[in-house]
Amino acid sequence: MEFRNVKRHIKPTLEIPTASLGDIVFLLLIFFLVTTSLSAEKGIGLTLPPPGEEVEVSSKNILNVYVNAAGKILVKGEIVELDNLEQIIREHISRNPRLIISLKTDEKAKYEYMIRTLDRIKLSGAKKISLAVPEF
Amino acid sequence: MKFKEKAKAEARIPTASVADIVFLLLIFFMVVTVFKQYQGLRVQLPAAKSTQKLEVKRNIVHLWIDRSNRINIDDVIVSMGEVYPVMYQKLQENPATIVSLQVDKEAEYGYVAHVMEELKKANALRVNFATLSLRRGEG
Repeated sequence: MEFRNVKRHIKPTLEIPTASLGDIVFLLLIFFLVTTSLSAEKGIGLTLPPPGEEVEVSSKNILNVYVNAAGKILVKGEIVELDNLEQIIREHISRNPRLIISLKTDEKAKYEYMIRTLDRIKLSGAKKISLAVPEF
Repeated sequence: MKFKEKAKAEARIPTASVADIVFLLLIFFMVVTVFKQYQGLRVQLPAAKSTQKLEVKRNIVHLWIDRSNRINIDDVIVSMGEVYPVMYQKLQENPATIVSLQVDKEAEYGYVAHVMEELKKANALRVNFATLSLRRGEG
């Protein structure tokens, strides 16, 4: 009985040491933690019209939104506050669902002015938006 | 005396599962990580409330315009005249390309509009104006 016990003790254990596995994996984890930039691509998506494709749209279906060089917004001949723009466009669209919002920004205007106006137009739920530079 | 020593309770935290847990985290980060491919130009993006996440990550061409009107497409500084041929080439390679416009908020709109005209010519019609997200009610 005792002899058998001794034999069992001597039997070599065949084991791969896994004590350091955790450390290795931790190292990799920290590497990925540091290199990961979770800031995904984000922004305002828009599809531009193909070139040369000029579609005649009756002026009834177009709402021009002008942005001048100082960032002031003009809708139907009236200066509009940025905060009111969303509501105004929503009202126009509810009256005419086929309305195309044409955002015409002055060449000298800052890009920021155009984006913040486009932002409000997007928020109003408008699907058809065209970007242009006003022609005089 | 001897008996007492044997009965002493062993205080050990089982660490066998640590590796598994960390592996799980590791795999998560490996899947999520997208290495920053491009250096770009230094731009200050405008903020917008309607900012949305771009779902795709692989078909994006980055185009930077900074406030001194330099244009950079995927880390190559180009002139206005080169925008069309470069973009045309990229569209040939991958017709599903989305152009992410990383434009400084102080840039002149006329210049950006000009670049967009060139993009239209090159048939790069899907654009995304990169913005910082702004929560509703802010600003």
